Amino acid sequence: MFIENANGDRGYVEINPEECKGCGLCVASCVPKVLHMADRLNHLGYHPAQYLGHGCNGCGLCFYTCPEPGALRVFKREAAAA
Amino acid sequence: MPNYAILHEKPECLYEDYERKSELHRQTHYCPGCGHGIVHKLLAEAITELGIQDRTILISPVGCSVFAYYYFDVGNVQVAHGRAAAVATAVKRAHPHSIVISYQGDGDLAAIGSAEILHCANRGENITTIFVNNAIYGMTGGQMAPTTLLGQKTTTSPTGRDFHHDGAPMKVGEMLSALDGPTYIERVSLGNVKQIMLARKAIRKALETQIAGLGFSLVEFLSPCPTIWKLDPVDAQKHVHDVMEKHYPLGVKCDRIAERTAPPEPAPMTPLTDLPRILRLPSTEPAPLHFSEEPLDWRIRVAGFGGQGVLLLGQLLAEAGMDAGLHVSWLPSYGPEMRSGTSNCHVRLCSSEIDSPVVSRPNALLALNEPSLRKFIATVEPGGVVIYNGDSIPADCSRHDLRIVAQPFAEIADSLGSAKALNIVMLGAFLSLSHALPDSPIESALKRLVKSERWLELDRRALAVGRERVPAEEFVHA
Ligand SMILES: Cc1ncc(C[n+]2csc(CCOP(=O)(O)OP(=O)(O)O)c2C)c(N)n1
Ligand code: SF4
Ligand code: SF4
Ligand code: SF4
Ligand SMILES: [Mg+2]
Repeated sequence: MFIENANGDRGYVEINPEECKGCGLCVASCVPKVLHMADRLNHLGYHPAQYLGHGCNGCGLCFYTCPEPGALRVFKREAAAA
Repeated sequence: MPNYAILHEKPECLYEDYERKSELHRQTHYCPGCGHGIVHKLLAEAITELGIQDRTILISPVGCSVFAYYYFDVGNVQVAHGRAAAVATAVKRAHPHSIVISYQGDGDLAAIGSAEILHCANRGENITTIFVNNAIYGMTGGQMAPTTLLGQKTTTSPTGRDFHHDGAPMKVGEMLSALDGPTYIERVSLGNVKQIMLARKAIRKALETQIAGLGFSLVEFLSPCPTIWKLDPVDAQKHVHDVMEKHYPLGVKCDRIAERTAPPEPAPMTPLTDLPRILRLPSTEPAPLHFSEEPLDWRIRVAGFGGQGVLLLGQLLAEAGMDAGLHVSWLPSYGPEMRSGTSNCHVRLCSSEIDSPVVSRPNALLALNEPSLRKFIATVEPGGVVIYNGDSIPADCSRHDLRIVAQPFAEIADSLGSAKALNIVMLGAFLSLSHALPDSPIESALKRLVKSERWLELDRRALAVGRERVPAEEFVHA
Protein backbone atom coordinates (compact mmCIF):
# COMPACT_ATOMS: atom_id res chain seq x y z
CA MET A 1 0.00 0.00 0.00
CA PHE A 2 1.36 3.37 -0.95
CA ILE A 3 0.88 6.09 1.63
CA GLU A 4 1.47 9.56 0.34
CA ASN A 5 2.72 11.50 3.32
CA ALA A 6 4.55 8.76 5.19
CA ASN A 7 7.87 10.38 4.46
CA GLY A 8 9.71 7.08 4.23
CA ASP A 9 9.43 6.62 8.03
CA ARG A 10 9.47 3.07 9.44
CA GLY A 11 5.83 3.38 10.40
CA TYR A 12 2.67 5.34 10.01
CA VAL A 13 -0.54 5.65 12.03
CA GLU A 14 -4.00 6.44 10.88
CA ILE A 15 -6.47 7.68 13.48
CA ASN A 16 -10.17 7.85 12.71
CA PRO A 17 -11.06 11.12 14.42
CA GLU A 18 -14.75 10.22 14.60
CA GLU A 19 -14.14 6.94 16.42
CA CYS A 20 -11.55 8.29 18.86
CA LYS A 21 -12.77 9.14 22.36
CA GLY A 22 -9.89 11.46 23.16
CA CYS A 23 -8.62 9.52 26.17
CA GLY A 24 -4.99 10.38 25.42
CA LEU A 25 -3.61 6.94 26.29
CA CYS A 26 -2.01 6.58 22.86
CA VAL A 27 -0.25 9.92 23.25
CA ALA A 28 1.16 8.80 26.61
CA SER A 29 2.37 5.48 25.18
CA CYS A 30 4.24 6.83 22.15
CA VAL A 31 7.97 6.89 22.81
CA PRO A 32 9.02 9.25 19.97
CA LYS A 33 6.12 11.56 20.93
CA VAL A 34 4.61 11.82 17.48
CA LEU A 35 0.96 11.83 18.62
CA HIS A 36 -0.93 14.73 20.16
CA MET A 37 -4.50 15.80 20.85
CA ALA A 38 -6.15 17.92 18.18
CA ASP A 39 -7.61 21.32 19.00
CA ARG A 40 -10.85 20.61 17.15
CA LEU A 41 -13.68 18.52 18.58
CA ASN A 42 -15.12 15.45 16.89
CA HIS A 43 -18.85 14.64 16.64
CA LEU A 44 -18.77 13.06 20.09
CA GLY A 45 -17.32 16.25 21.59
CA TYR A 46 -13.86 14.83 22.22
CA HIS A 47 -10.51 16.22 21.10
CA PRO A 48 -9.31 13.33 18.95
CA ALA A 49 -5.72 12.16 18.86
CA GLN A 50 -3.71 13.18 15.82
CA TYR A 51 -0.50 12.00 14.19
CA LEU A 52 2.08 14.72 13.67
CA GLY A 53 2.75 13.22 10.24
CA HIS A 54 6.33 12.09 10.67
CA GLY A 55 8.58 10.19 13.02
CA CYS A 56 6.46 7.07 13.67
CA ASN A 57 8.55 3.94 14.04
CA GLY A 58 5.67 1.46 13.68
CA CYS A 59 6.14 0.01 17.17
CA GLY A 60 2.38 -0.54 17.58
CA LEU A 61 2.28 0.48 21.25
CA CYS A 62 -0.38 3.11 20.66
CA PHE A 63 -2.59 0.43 19.11
CA TYR A 64 -2.42 -1.75 22.19
CA THR A 65 -3.16 1.02 24.70
CA CYS A 66 -6.10 2.37 22.72
CA PRO A 67 -9.37 1.16 24.26
CA GLU A 68 -11.41 1.91 21.14
CA PRO A 69 -10.95 -1.09 18.86
CA GLY A 70 -11.45 0.73 15.56
CA ALA A 71 -9.93 4.14 16.28
CA LEU A 72 -6.35 3.50 15.29
CA ARG A 73 -4.43 1.55 12.65
CA VAL A 74 -0.67 1.10 12.45
CA PHE A 75 1.26 0.58 9.20
CA LYS A 76 4.81 -0.67 8.86
CA ARG A 77 7.17 0.02 6.00
CA GLU A 78 7.65 -3.11 3.90
CA ALA A 79 11.14 -4.53 4.00
CA ALA A 80 11.31 -5.25 0.27
CA ALA A 81 10.70 -1.64 -0.64
CA ALA A 82 13.05 -0.21 1.96
CA MET B 1 8.61 5.64 -2.56
CA PRO B 2 8.33 2.85 0.06
CA ASN B 3 5.20 0.76 0.47
CA TYR B 4 3.45 0.20 3.79
CA ALA B 5 1.54 -2.80 5.09
CA ILE B 6 -1.09 -2.80 7.82
CA LEU B 7 0.55 -4.02 11.02
CA HIS B 8 -2.30 -3.60 13.49
CA GLU B 9 -5.98 -2.90 12.98
CA LYS B 10 -9.30 -3.84 14.53
CA PRO B 11 -9.26 -7.66 14.82
CA GLU B 12 -11.57 -9.59 12.52
CA CYS B 13 -13.31 -11.15 15.50
CA LEU B 14 -14.96 -7.79 16.29
CA TYR B 15 -17.85 -6.69 14.10
CA GLU B 16 -17.25 -3.94 11.58
CA ASP B 17 -20.39 -2.15 12.76
CA TYR B 18 -22.00 -2.63 16.15
CA GLU B 19 -25.74 -3.13 15.85
CA ARG B 20 -26.91 -1.15 18.82
CA LYS B 21 -30.11 0.67 19.59
CA SER B 22 -29.01 4.28 19.24
CA GLU B 23 -26.23 5.81 17.15
CA LEU B 24 -22.55 5.12 17.90
CA HIS B 25 -22.54 2.11 15.64
CA ARG B 26 -18.78 2.24 15.40
CA GLN B 27 -17.85 3.02 19.00
CA THR B 28 -18.06 0.80 22.03
CA HIS B 29 -20.30 1.95 24.89
CA TYR B 30 -17.33 2.16 27.24
CA CYS B 31 -16.11 5.41 28.80
CA PRO B 32 -12.92 6.96 27.38
CA GLY B 33 -9.92 5.12 28.81
CA CYS B 34 -11.93 2.16 30.14
CA GLY B 35 -9.94 -1.05 30.53
CA HIS B 36 -12.78 -3.16 29.11
CA GLY B 37 -12.07 -1.76 25.63
CA ILE B 38 -8.43 -2.80 25.84
CA VAL B 39 -9.30 -6.27 27.11
CA HIS B 40 -11.84 -6.64 24.28
CA LYS B 41 -9.19 -5.77 21.74
CA LEU B 42 -6.60 -8.16 23.19
CA LEU B 43 -9.12 -10.97 23.47
CA ALA B 44 -10.45 -10.43 19.96
CA GLU B 45 -6.95 -10.40 18.54
CA ALA B 46 -6.08 -13.67 20.28
CA ILE B 47 -9.30 -15.36 19.09
CA THR B 48 -8.67 -14.24 15.52
CA GLU B 49 -5.02 -15.23 15.49
CA LEU B 50 -5.58 -18.62 17.12
CA GLY B 51 -8.15 -19.38 14.43
CA ILE B 52 -10.91 -20.24 16.91
CA GLN B 53 -13.47 -17.56 16.06
CA ASP B 54 -15.96 -20.01 14.54
CA ARG B 55 -15.99 -22.26 17.58
CA THR B 56 -15.83 -19.65 20.31
CA ILE B 57 -18.76 -19.03 22.64
CA LEU B 58 -18.44 -15.91 24.77
CA ILE B 59 -20.37 -15.57 28.00
CA SER B 60 -21.19 -11.91 28.72
CA PRO B 61 -21.82 -11.02 32.36
CA VAL B 62 -23.83 -8.34 34.13
CA GLY B 63 -21.69 -5.26 34.66
CA CYS B 64 -20.33 -2.64 32.27
CA SER B 65 -19.32 -5.45 29.90
CA VAL B 66 -22.91 -6.75 29.71
CA PHE B 67 -22.95 -5.80 26.01
CA ALA B 68 -19.80 -7.69 25.02
CA TYR B 69 -22.01 -9.58 22.58
CA TYR B 70 -22.51 -6.38 20.60
CA TYR B 71 -18.86 -6.46 19.65
CA PHE B 72 -17.64 -10.03 19.35
CA ASP B 73 -18.56 -11.89 16.19
CA VAL B 74 -18.66 -15.28 17.94
CA GLY B 75 -21.37 -17.36 19.61
CA ASN B 76 -22.75 -15.31 22.49
CA VAL B 77 -24.72 -15.91 25.66
CA GLN B 78 -25.52 -13.13 28.13
CA VAL B 79 -26.17 -14.48 31.59
CA ALA B 80 -27.59 -13.47 34.97
CA HIS B 81 -25.35 -11.62 37.42
CA GLY B 82 -22.55 -13.85 38.73
CA ARG B 83 -23.61 -17.00 36.88
CA ALA B 84 -21.08 -16.87 34.03
CA ALA B 85 -18.95 -19.74 35.33
CA ALA B 86 -21.99 -21.99 35.77
CA VAL B 87 -23.36 -21.23 32.32
CA ALA B 88 -19.88 -21.61 30.80
CA THR B 89 -19.71 -25.06 32.37
CA ALA B 90 -23.02 -26.06 30.82
CA VAL B 91 -22.09 -24.67 27.40
CA LYS B 92 -18.73 -26.41 27.42
CA ARG B 93 -20.19 -29.73 28.49
CA ALA B 94 -22.92 -29.55 25.88
CA HIS B 95 -20.46 -28.45 23.19
CA PRO B 96 -17.14 -29.98 24.20
CA HIS B 97 -15.38 -28.89 21.01
CA SER B 98 -16.26 -25.23 21.42
CA ILE B 99 -13.95 -22.71 23.03
CA VAL B 100 -15.84 -21.18 25.94
CA ILE B 101 -14.73 -17.80 27.29
CA SER B 102 -16.39 -16.45 30.38
CA TYR B 103 -15.98 -12.67 30.75
CA GLN B 104 -16.59 -11.26 34.24
CA GLY B 105 -16.10 -8.10 36.29
CA ASP B 106 -14.96 -8.14 39.90
CA GLY B 107 -18.41 -7.50 41.34
CA ASP B 108 -19.83 -10.21 39.13
CA LEU B 109 -17.13 -12.79 39.84
CA ALA B 110 -15.92 -12.03 43.37
CA ALA B 111 -19.20 -10.96 45.01
CA ILE B 112 -22.46 -12.45 43.73
CA GLY B 113 -20.68 -15.11 41.63
CA SER B 114 -18.10 -16.25 44.18
CA ALA B 115 -19.61 -19.71 44.63
CA GLU B 116 -19.89 -20.36 40.89
CA ILE B 117 -16.29 -19.43 40.06
CA LEU B 118 -14.90 -21.32 43.06
CA HIS B 119 -16.52 -24.59 42.05
CA CYS B 120 -15.92 -24.10 38.34
CA ALA B 121 -12.20 -23.62 39.05
CA ASN B 122 -12.15 -26.48 41.51
CA ARG B 123 -13.74 -28.81 38.98
CA GLY B 124 -11.05 -27.74 36.54
CA GLU B 125 -13.64 -27.00 33.86
CA ASN B 126 -11.92 -26.63 30.52
CA ILE B 127 -12.96 -23.01 30.02
CA THR B 128 -11.15 -19.65 30.09
CA THR B 129 -12.20 -16.86 32.42
CA ILE B 130 -11.36 -13.26 31.58
CA PHE B 131 -11.60 -11.48 34.92
CA VAL B 132 -11.60 -7.67 34.75
CA ASN B 133 -10.80 -6.30 38.21
CA ASN B 134 -11.35 -2.55 38.47
CA ALA B 135 -11.89 -2.69 42.25
CA ILE B 136 -15.42 -1.31 41.95
CA TYR B 137 -18.96 -1.92 40.76
CA GLY B 138 -18.69 0.23 37.65
CA MET B 139 -22.05 -0.25 36.02
CA THR B 140 -24.17 0.61 39.04
CA GLY B 141 -22.27 3.79 39.85
CA GLY B 142 -19.40 2.84 42.12
CA GLN B 143 -20.30 0.63 45.07
CA MET B 144 -17.63 -1.21 47.04
CA ALA B 145 -16.62 -4.60 45.61
CA PRO B 146 -14.82 -7.40 47.48
CA THR B 147 -11.76 -6.24 45.51
CA THR B 148 -11.98 -2.56 46.51
CA LEU B 149 -8.68 -1.39 48.01
CA LEU B 150 -8.33 -0.45 51.68
CA GLY B 151 -9.00 3.24 52.06
CA GLN B 152 -10.70 3.48 48.67
CA LYS B 153 -13.78 5.69 48.77
CA THR B 154 -16.89 4.32 47.12
CA THR B 155 -20.57 5.16 47.41
CA THR B 156 -20.95 2.40 50.00
CA SER B 157 -17.66 3.13 51.81
CA PRO B 158 -17.75 6.92 51.70
CA THR B 159 -14.94 7.33 54.20
CA GLY B 160 -12.82 4.66 52.57
CA ARG B 161 -12.80 0.87 52.87
CA ASP B 162 -12.02 -0.07 56.45
CA PHE B 163 -10.40 -3.41 57.22
CA HIS B 164 -12.21 -3.77 60.55
CA HIS B 165 -15.57 -3.10 58.99
CA ASP B 166 -15.26 -4.40 55.42
CA GLY B 167 -12.46 -6.95 55.48
CA ALA B 168 -9.56 -7.08 53.07
CA PRO B 169 -9.48 -6.78 49.28
CA MET B 170 -10.00 -10.24 47.85
CA LYS B 171 -7.08 -11.69 45.88
CA VAL B 172 -8.99 -13.87 43.47
CA GLY B 173 -5.98 -15.15 41.51
CA GLU B 174 -4.20 -16.38 44.64
CA MET B 175 -7.39 -17.71 46.19
CA LEU B 176 -8.32 -19.88 43.20
CA SER B 177 -4.73 -21.01 42.75
CA ALA B 178 -4.85 -22.53 46.24
CA LEU B 179 -7.22 -25.12 44.75
CA ASP B 180 -5.81 -28.10 42.89
CA GLY B 181 -8.36 -27.82 40.08
CA PRO B 182 -7.11 -24.89 37.97
CA THR B 183 -4.40 -25.34 35.35
CA TYR B 184 -3.27 -21.80 34.64
CA ILE B 185 -3.95 -18.53 36.46
CA GLU B 186 -2.10 -15.26 35.94
CA ARG B 187 -2.63 -11.68 37.09
CA VAL B 188 -1.73 -9.00 34.58
CA SER B 189 -2.18 -5.26 34.49
CA LEU B 190 -3.30 -2.55 32.11
CA GLY B 191 -1.18 -0.07 34.08
CA ASN B 192 1.12 0.78 31.20
CA VAL B 193 1.81 -0.37 27.70
CA LYS B 194 4.56 -2.77 28.74
CA GLN B 195 2.12 -4.53 31.07
CA ILE B 196 -0.51 -4.54 28.35
CA MET B 197 1.89 -6.43 26.07
CA LEU B 198 2.39 -9.02 28.83
CA ALA B 199 -1.39 -9.25 29.27
CA ARG B 200 -1.63 -10.02 25.56
CA LYS B 201 0.63 -13.02 26.04
CA ALA B 202 -1.31 -14.25 29.08
CA ILE B 203 -4.61 -14.32 27.16
CA ARG B 204 -3.03 -16.46 24.50
CA LYS B 205 -1.56 -18.86 27.01
CA ALA B 206 -4.93 -19.21 28.73
CA LEU B 207 -6.73 -19.91 25.46
CA GLU B 208 -4.07 -22.35 24.35
CA THR B 209 -4.56 -24.21 27.63
CA GLN B 210 -8.22 -24.65 26.79
CA ILE B 211 -7.57 -25.53 23.15
CA ALA B 212 -5.22 -28.29 24.28
CA GLY B 213 -7.95 -29.56 26.63
CA LEU B 214 -5.81 -29.04 29.72
CA GLY B 215 -8.43 -27.51 32.00
CA PHE B 216 -9.36 -24.30 33.76
CA SER B 217 -7.55 -21.06 32.93
CA LEU B 218 -8.11 -17.54 34.23
CA VAL B 219 -6.47 -14.20 33.55
CA GLU B 220 -7.09 -11.43 36.07
CA PHE B 221 -6.67 -7.93 34.64
CA LEU B 222 -6.04 -4.95 36.92
CA SER B 223 -8.07 -2.49 34.93
CA PRO B 224 -8.79 1.24 35.03
CA CYS B 225 -12.26 2.68 35.57
CA PRO B 226 -11.55 6.38 35.05
CA THR B 227 -15.19 7.42 35.41
CA ILE B 228 -15.90 6.01 38.85
CA TRP B 229 -12.39 6.62 40.12
CA LYS B 230 -12.83 10.25 39.02
CA LEU B 231 -9.43 10.31 37.36
CA ASP B 232 -8.62 11.26 33.80
CA PRO B 233 -7.73 8.25 31.65
CA VAL B 234 -3.97 8.76 31.79
CA ASP B 235 -4.01 9.17 35.58
CA ALA B 236 -6.31 6.18 35.95
CA GLN B 237 -3.81 4.08 34.00
CA LYS B 238 -1.03 5.32 36.28
CA HIS B 239 -3.17 4.53 39.32
CA VAL B 240 -3.41 0.91 38.19
CA HIS B 241 0.37 0.73 38.01
CA ASP B 242 1.28 2.78 41.09
CA VAL B 243 -1.48 1.73 43.49
CA MET B 244 -3.36 -1.36 42.40
CA GLU B 245 -0.28 -3.36 41.48
CA LYS B 246 1.07 -2.79 45.01
CA HIS B 247 -1.79 -4.64 46.59
CA TYR B 248 -2.32 -7.12 43.78
CA PRO B 249 1.06 -8.64 42.84
CA LEU B 250 1.33 -9.44 39.15
CA GLY B 251 2.49 -12.71 37.70
CA VAL B 252 1.64 -16.36 37.23
CA LYS B 253 -0.32 -17.67 40.23
CA CYS B 254 -0.40 -21.26 39.09
CA ASP B 255 0.88 -23.06 36.02
CA ARG B 256 0.21 -26.79 35.96
CA ILE B 257 0.16 -27.01 32.18
CA ALA B 258 3.13 -29.41 32.07
CA GLU B 259 1.58 -31.83 34.54
CA ARG B 260 -1.90 -31.94 32.97
CA THR B 261 -3.16 -34.15 30.18
CA ALA B 262 -6.34 -33.83 28.19
CA PRO B 263 -9.09 -36.21 29.34
CA PRO B 264 -10.33 -38.81 26.87
CA GLU B 265 -12.89 -37.66 24.30
CA PRO B 266 -16.29 -37.33 25.92
CA ALA B 267 -18.69 -40.12 25.02
CA PRO B 268 -20.98 -39.13 22.16
CA MET B 269 -24.34 -37.84 23.25
CA THR B 270 -27.20 -40.30 23.36
CA PRO B 271 -29.28 -39.78 20.22
CA LEU B 272 -32.75 -38.46 21.05
CA THR B 273 -34.28 -41.39 19.18
CA ASP B 274 -32.85 -43.66 21.88
CA LEU B 275 -34.70 -41.95 24.71
CA PRO B 276 -37.92 -44.03 24.47
CA ARG B 277 -35.83 -47.19 24.85
CA ILE B 278 -33.89 -45.81 27.84
CA LEU B 279 -37.04 -44.54 29.53
CA ARG B 280 -38.84 -47.77 28.58
CA LEU B 281 -41.57 -45.88 26.79
CA PRO B 282 -43.89 -48.17 24.83
CA SER B 283 -42.89 -47.45 21.24
CA THR B 284 -41.75 -44.64 19.04
CA GLU B 285 -45.19 -44.44 17.44
CA PRO B 286 -47.09 -41.27 18.27
CA ALA B 287 -49.44 -41.66 21.21
CA PRO B 288 -52.96 -42.59 20.12
CA LEU B 289 -55.58 -39.90 20.33
CA HIS B 290 -57.61 -40.26 23.42
CA PHE B 291 -60.32 -42.82 23.17
CA SER B 292 -63.38 -40.82 23.97
CA GLU B 293 -65.01 -37.94 22.11
CA GLU B 294 -66.37 -36.61 25.37
CA PRO B 295 -64.28 -33.96 27.12
CA LEU B 296 -62.68 -35.65 30.07
CA ASP B 297 -61.35 -34.22 33.31
CA TRP B 298 -60.54 -36.68 36.09
CA ARG B 299 -59.21 -35.07 39.24
CA ILE B 300 -58.17 -37.95 41.43
CA ARG B 301 -56.85 -38.07 44.97
CA VAL B 302 -55.25 -41.32 46.14
CA ALA B 303 -54.51 -41.50 49.87
CA GLY B 304 -53.36 -44.03 52.45
CA PHE B 305 -50.39 -45.05 54.59
CA GLY B 306 -46.85 -44.97 53.29
CA GLY B 307 -46.08 -48.49 52.03
CA GLN B 308 -49.61 -49.23 50.77
CA GLY B 309 -48.68 -48.45 47.18
CA VAL B 310 -50.51 -45.12 47.06
CA LEU B 311 -47.93 -43.43 44.87
CA LEU B 312 -47.65 -46.39 42.47
CA LEU B 313 -51.41 -46.46 42.06
CA GLY B 314 -51.39 -42.78 41.10
CA GLN B 315 -48.43 -43.26 38.82
CA LEU B 316 -50.13 -46.15 37.02
CA LEU B 317 -53.18 -43.97 36.37
CA ALA B 318 -51.06 -41.13 35.03
CA GLU B 319 -48.82 -43.32 32.87
CA ALA B 320 -51.78 -45.19 31.44
CA GLY B 321 -53.50 -41.85 30.76
CA MET B 322 -50.41 -40.75 28.87
CA ASP B 323 -50.47 -43.91 26.76
CA ALA B 324 -54.12 -43.21 26.04
CA GLY B 325 -53.14 -39.82 24.60
CA LEU B 326 -54.48 -37.72 27.48
CA HIS B 327 -52.84 -34.83 29.25
CA VAL B 328 -51.80 -36.11 32.65
CA SER B 329 -50.13 -35.02 35.86
CA TRP B 330 -49.02 -36.88 38.97
CA LEU B 331 -48.07 -34.99 42.08
CA PRO B 332 -46.88 -37.07 45.03
CA SER B 333 -47.19 -35.58 48.48
CA TYR B 334 -45.84 -37.41 51.49
CA GLY B 335 -44.31 -36.90 54.89
CA PRO B 336 -40.68 -37.55 55.78
CA GLU B 337 -41.35 -41.14 56.93
CA MET B 338 -40.99 -43.76 54.22
CA ARG B 339 -43.37 -46.17 55.95
CA SER B 340 -46.41 -45.78 58.16
CA GLY B 341 -46.63 -42.05 57.63
CA THR B 342 -49.45 -40.65 55.54
CA SER B 343 -49.02 -40.66 51.83
CA ASN B 344 -51.16 -39.25 49.08
CA CYS B 345 -50.97 -38.09 45.51
CA HIS B 346 -52.84 -35.90 43.08
CA VAL B 347 -53.56 -37.28 39.61
CA ARG B 348 -55.14 -35.50 36.69
CA LEU B 349 -56.29 -37.12 33.43
CA CYS B 350 -57.51 -34.51 31.02
CA SER B 351 -58.53 -34.25 27.36
CA SER B 352 -57.32 -30.63 27.35
CA GLU B 353 -54.20 -29.01 28.79
CA ILE B 354 -53.81 -29.13 32.56
CA ASP B 355 -53.79 -25.81 34.38
CA SER B 356 -52.57 -27.12 37.73
CA PRO B 357 -51.43 -30.52 38.99
CA VAL B 358 -52.93 -29.78 42.40
CA VAL B 359 -56.22 -31.56 43.06
CA SER B 360 -58.05 -29.75 45.84
CA ARG B 361 -61.60 -30.58 44.65
CA PRO B 362 -61.39 -34.21 43.46
CA ASN B 363 -64.08 -35.99 41.46
CA ALA B 364 -62.55 -39.31 42.51
CA LEU B 365 -61.11 -40.38 45.86
CA LEU B 366 -59.33 -43.68 46.38
CA ALA B 367 -58.98 -44.00 50.15
CA LEU B 368 -56.78 -46.90 51.23
CA ASN B 369 -57.51 -46.45 54.95
CA GLU B 370 -59.94 -44.78 57.28
CA PRO B 371 -57.91 -41.69 58.26
CA SER B 372 -57.54 -40.88 54.57
CA LEU B 373 -61.26 -41.27 53.99
CA ARG B 374 -62.00 -38.95 56.91
CA LYS B 375 -59.45 -36.44 55.72
CA PHE B 376 -60.57 -36.14 52.12
CA ILE B 377 -64.21 -37.21 51.72
CA ALA B 378 -65.53 -33.73 52.41
CA THR B 379 -63.47 -32.34 49.54
CA VAL B 380 -65.01 -34.62 46.87
CA GLU B 381 -67.21 -32.89 44.31
CA PRO B 382 -70.91 -33.90 44.33
CA GLY B 383 -71.45 -36.80 41.91
CA GLY B 384 -67.85 -37.91 42.45
CA VAL B 385 -66.58 -41.46 42.94
CA VAL B 386 -65.18 -42.81 46.22
CA ILE B 387 -63.49 -46.21 46.49
CA TYR B 388 -62.82 -47.13 50.12
CA ASN B 389 -60.82 -50.01 51.55
CA GLY B 390 -63.15 -51.04 54.39
CA ASP B 391 -66.28 -53.05 54.98
CA SER B 392 -68.49 -50.01 55.08
CA ILE B 393 -68.34 -46.25 55.25
CA PRO B 394 -68.36 -45.03 58.88
CA ALA B 395 -71.72 -43.42 59.50
CA ASP B 396 -70.31 -40.03 60.38
CA CYS B 397 -68.53 -39.88 57.00
CA SER B 398 -71.41 -40.77 54.76
CA ARG B 399 -72.57 -38.54 51.92
CA HIS B 400 -75.52 -39.15 49.66
CA ASP B 401 -74.34 -37.13 46.71
CA LEU B 402 -71.43 -39.47 45.91
CA ARG B 403 -71.02 -42.83 44.21
CA ILE B 404 -69.31 -44.84 46.93
CA VAL B 405 -67.91 -48.37 46.91
CA ALA B 406 -66.66 -49.78 50.24
CA GLN B 407 -65.14 -53.28 50.27
CA PRO B 408 -62.43 -55.05 52.26
CA PHE B 409 -59.99 -54.73 49.38
CA ALA B 410 -56.97 -55.60 51.55
CA GLU B 411 -58.50 -58.97 52.41
CA ILE B 412 -59.40 -59.60 48.78
CA ALA B 413 -55.79 -58.91 47.85
CA ASP B 414 -54.53 -61.12 50.64
CA SER B 415 -56.65 -64.02 49.39
CA LEU B 416 -54.99 -63.57 45.96
CA GLY B 417 -51.55 -64.09 47.49
CA SER B 418 -50.47 -60.75 48.93
CA ALA B 419 -52.18 -57.92 50.79
CA LYS B 420 -49.72 -55.67 49.01
CA ALA B 421 -51.77 -56.00 45.84
CA LEU B 422 -54.47 -53.92 47.58
CA ASN B 423 -53.67 -50.86 45.47
CA ILE B 424 -54.12 -52.77 42.21
CA VAL B 425 -57.41 -54.38 43.29
CA MET B 426 -58.65 -50.86 44.05
CA LEU B 427 -57.40 -49.65 40.68
CA GLY B 428 -59.47 -52.42 39.03
CA ALA B 429 -62.51 -51.38 41.04
CA PHE B 430 -62.07 -47.73 40.10
CA LEU B 431 -61.62 -48.47 36.40
CA SER B 432 -64.69 -50.68 36.31
CA LEU B 433 -66.82 -48.07 38.00
CA SER B 434 -65.54 -44.99 36.20
CA HIS B 435 -64.59 -46.18 32.71
CA ALA B 436 -61.80 -43.64 33.10
CA LEU B 437 -59.36 -45.56 30.88
CA PRO B 438 -59.43 -48.48 28.43
CA ASP B 439 -57.57 -51.75 29.11
CA SER B 440 -54.59 -51.57 26.79
CA PRO B 441 -52.91 -48.46 28.23
CA ILE B 442 -53.39 -49.89 31.72
CA GLU B 443 -51.62 -53.06 30.64
CA SER B 444 -48.76 -51.14 29.01
CA ALA B 445 -48.29 -48.90 32.06
CA LEU B 446 -48.36 -51.91 34.36
CA LYS B 447 -45.71 -53.64 32.27
CA ARG B 448 -43.51 -50.56 32.37
CA LEU B 449 -43.78 -49.85 36.08
CA VAL B 450 -43.86 -53.34 37.54
CA LYS B 451 -40.47 -54.83 36.85
CA SER B 452 -40.81 -58.32 38.33
CA GLU B 453 -42.62 -61.01 36.36
CA ARG B 454 -44.05 -62.55 39.52
CA TRP B 455 -45.59 -59.26 40.64
CA LEU B 456 -46.82 -58.48 37.16
CA GLU B 457 -48.70 -61.73 37.07
CA LEU B 458 -50.19 -61.11 40.54
CA ASP B 459 -51.15 -57.54 39.62
CA ARG B 460 -52.95 -58.69 36.46
CA ARG B 461 -55.05 -61.04 38.58
CA ALA B 462 -55.61 -58.30 41.18
CA LEU B 463 -56.80 -55.93 38.48
CA ALA B 464 -59.26 -58.52 37.13
CA VAL B 465 -60.63 -59.35 40.57
CA GLY B 466 -61.06 -55.66 41.37
CA ARG B 467 -63.08 -55.22 38.18
CA GLU B 468 -65.24 -58.29 38.96
CA ARG B 469 -65.93 -57.14 42.51
CA VAL B 470 -67.30 -53.85 41.32
CA PRO B 471 -69.33 -54.29 38.14
CA ALA B 472 -69.76 -51.08 36.23
CA GLU B 473 -73.19 -50.01 37.42
CA GLU B 474 -73.00 -51.34 40.92
CA PHE B 475 -72.32 -48.88 43.62
CA VAL B 476 -73.83 -48.17 46.94
CA HIS B 477 -75.03 -45.04 48.48
CA ALA B 478 -73.53 -45.08 51.87
C1 LIG C 1 -29.08 -10.18 40.62
C2 LIG C 1 -28.55 -8.81 40.44
N1 LIG C 1 -28.08 -8.14 41.50
C3 LIG C 1 -27.59 -6.90 41.35
C4 LIG C 1 -27.57 -6.30 40.12
C5 LIG C 1 -27.04 -4.90 39.97
N2 LIG C 1 -25.70 -4.86 39.38
C6 LIG C 1 -25.55 -4.67 38.07
S1 LIG C 1 -23.94 -4.60 37.62
C7 LIG C 1 -23.43 -4.82 39.22
C8 LIG C 1 -21.98 -4.84 39.59
C9 LIG C 1 -21.07 -4.86 38.44
O1 LIG C 1 -19.76 -4.75 38.88
P1 LIG C 1 -18.57 -5.51 38.16
O2 LIG C 1 -18.92 -6.93 38.00
O3 LIG C 1 -17.33 -5.20 38.90
O4 LIG C 1 -18.57 -4.90 36.68
P2 LIG C 1 -17.98 -3.51 36.16
O5 LIG C 1 -19.21 -2.73 35.81
O6 LIG C 1 -17.18 -2.88 37.24
O7 LIG C 1 -17.19 -3.88 34.97
C10 LIG C 1 -24.53 -4.95 40.07
C11 LIG C 1 -24.42 -5.14 41.52
C12 LIG C 1 -28.06 -7.04 39.02
N3 LIG C 1 -28.06 -6.54 37.78
N4 LIG C 1 -28.56 -8.27 39.19
S1 SF4 D 1 3.24 3.10 16.27
FE1 SF4 D 1 4.63 3.62 17.94
S2 SF4 D 1 5.79 5.32 17.20
FE2 SF4 D 1 4.06 5.13 15.82
S3 SF4 D 1 2.56 6.53 16.68
FE3 SF4 D 1 2.15 4.51 17.56
S4 SF4 D 1 3.30 4.52 19.47
FE4 SF4 D 1 4.08 6.20 18.26
S1 SF4 E 1 -6.05 5.91 22.71
FE1 SF4 E 1 -7.54 5.64 21.08
S2 SF4 E 1 -9.39 6.59 21.87
FE2 SF4 E 1 -7.72 7.25 23.15
S3 SF4 E 1 -7.07 9.16 22.25
FE3 SF4 E 1 -5.79 7.63 21.32
S4 SF4 E 1 -6.89 7.01 19.50
FE4 SF4 E 1 -8.29 8.14 20.72
S1 SF4 F 1 -17.91 3.01 34.43
FE1 SF4 F 1 -15.80 2.30 34.55
S2 SF4 F 1 -15.86 0.15 33.94
FE2 SF4 F 1 -17.78 1.08 33.29
S3 SF4 F 1 -17.46 1.70 31.18
FE3 SF4 F 1 -16.99 3.46 32.46
S4 SF4 F 1 -14.82 3.32 32.85
FE4 SF4 F 1 -15.46 1.34 32.10
MG1 LIG G 1 -15.82 -3.87 38.50
